[in-house]
Order: sequence, then structure tokens, then C-alpha cells
Amino acid sequence: MTEEQALLSPEVVVQDLKENGVTHVVWLPDSETNFLYELMEKEPKLDLVPVGREGNAFSTAAGLSVGGAKPVILIQNTGMMESGDSLRGWALKLNIPVVIMIGYRGWTRHGKTPDTAAVYIEPFLNAFGIKYYLVENNDDAERISWAFEEAEKTQRPVAVLFGDEFHGFNR
Amino acid sequence: MRTEDMLKILHQYREDAIIIPGRGGNHWIKMSKMPERDLALSAIAMGGRASFALGLAMARPDEKIILLDSEGDVLMGLGTLATIADKAPKNLYHFILDNECYATTGGQPVPNAKKIRYDLIAQGAGYPSSHAFEKLADFESNIEAIMSEPGPVLVSVKVVPEIVNKPIQNRKPWQSRSNEQVVADFQKAVGPRVA
Repeated sequence: MTEEQALLSPEVVVQDLKENGVTHVVWLPDSETNFLYELMEKEPKLDLVPVGREGNAFSTAAGLSVGGAKPVILIQNTGMMESGDSLRGWALKLNIPVVIMIGYRGWTRHGKTPDTAAVYIEPFLNAFGIKYYLVENNDDAERISWAFEEAEKTQRPVAVLFGDEFHGFNR
Repeated sequence: MRTEDMLKILHQYREDAIIIPGRGGNHWIKMSKMPERDLALSAIAMGGRASFALGLAMARPDEKIILLDSEGDVLMGLGTLATIADKAPKNLYHFILDNECYATTGGQPVPNAKKIRYDLIAQGAGYPSSHAFEKLADFESNIEAIMSEPGPVLVSVKVVPEIVNKPIQNRKPWQSRSNEQVVADFQKAVGPRVA
């Protein structure tokens, strides 16, 4: 893979959010997502909702969804694991079709990583029965729309793991 | 004050507001005349009720949202107060029914139960308006004015604990409908969201 191919541009992510009718981005900043933040902030169709703890993103998204809005959750894998009971009680228990966009901190293509945030995130999602798609670069971006379709079809949360957050989002 | 008495007074000022009953829900569902507008959810995760209410308030800015919260819930999701103040939904009325304890686990005190001031915490978080009441008469004489304020408003009221000390499998839930039914009834009642 060339360096060019390794990029996942934040513009592509924002475009996917718009195309999928997202109204609110409930989020807590990821390690390297400031460019994405700046783009989202300029986008009038997206209302940014900052939370102080990732678990609260799930209850906020549940309220938005029950009220008829279309939220997305944007957090890091560390925060996903922090959110276990909220995922259970608010998103799964209430059948909330929300896409969870997760920065895959510590991800490597060869699978060997010293970062336990990467070691545990996929087993964590599997434990809750959350389907997930890995997005590494712009060529994978259609998987974001797959996740939205899957969430609607199953009326369950579906995750997108951003495996390249440390390149494209950081520019 | 007794929870039931406080809720009877609040009920007079409901109009057609959407209610999210947490603490006191067992009393509320008996007096509510609009169950389809009561989001009486069961077995959700503690600590998230205020952020759920915030989400609903943002999705439905044309509806008045009344949250019946508990102090244990608020303490578990304290950062939500900052998010509520940040988004500042004018339609959100946040009531904390403070019984100073974890009533459904036998009545153990919450941290610093006697001294903590939720109205001051809300004020510090940036709520434009917050109130605290210990006596029912004071609550009654102020509630009409409070409900005509723009939100977000926080109202902390001291209530007598109603302690449950049975094993969880031996308790009868106060909710009479499944979560699926509650949400379906609600969405039918409020209709589609207008963006």
C-alpha cells in the first residue's frame, strides 16, 4: 500500500455523514480528529454534540433517535469500551439504529500492537454482538454507508472502525 | 416532601409536555392523563437519563420535555450537565428528585448526600436557571413561574426516600408497557420530526 492509498480524508467522512442523512454528531474528540472536527463544525447540516464521557453519547443518541433525528456517535476505541452499560441499556435495549464511528487507536495491519486499546476493541464489540466494518482509506469509505444500511435494516447499532485515523485525519 | 405530593403539583402544570419518568415514575404513571407522551422506559442504563432527555429535546425543539431524574443518576453522568448547558435547549425542564440515597438498593447514601447542592452544580455547569426546594409549599408557590421560564432549567427537590429492599427478581416493575410499546406509542403520538 502506498502512502497515498493509506489516506482516509476527513472530507470523505463528512460527505458520507451528509449523504446518509445524519443530523447530529455526538462525540468526544479522538486522538487525531481535529481536522474532521473543523470540517464538521463548518457544516450547517451537522449539529455537534460534545459529551464529557463516551457512555453519555449512547443515551444522547438514543434520545435523538427516539425523537426522530439521525445521530452518529464519534469516539475512540478506549471510549467505546468505557461505554459498555450504556451501549447495553440505551442502544441495544431500545433498538437504536445508530452508527458508531470508532477511532482504532493502536491498530496495525499486521495485528501486532502494544496498545491494549487495540487488543480489546474487537473482542469487546463481538461480546455485545455489534457488527463492525474496518475502514482504512478512501477506497473503503463505502463501508460507512454499508454500516448505515445495516443499522437501519437490523435496528441495532453498527460500528465503523477507522484503522487509519493516525494518517488521514492528521494530514 | 413526599414524591407523590410533589408530582401531583407538577402534574397541574404539565399541559402536553413529554415526560421522562425516572424517579417517581411509579406515582407518575398513575396520575398521567397522556401515557402516550410518557417515555416510561425500563432497564435502561443508570446515569444516562439526562443525556437521553437532552437528545430528545434537541430532536424535538417544538415540544416541552420534563425529566424526572434522581440524584444518583445525575452523579453518575455529571458531565451531561455541561453538555446540556452547552446545547442549551429552551424546551428542557430537568427535575432532580433528591432522596439522598440509592433507594432501590436498600437506601445507602449517595456521596456527600446531605451537603451536595445540585442547583449550584447546575449553575456552575452553565444552566441559565436553577432552583432548589426542601418544602412542598415553596415548590408549589414557585412551580408555575418556573415552568414559564425558558430552559434549560434545573429544579432540585428534596424528597422522602421510598426504599426498596427486595431481591431484584422479586420486584414488580412499575412500568406497564414494554420499551418497544412505549417508544411506538410515543412516536405515533408526536408524529414525524420536522427538520
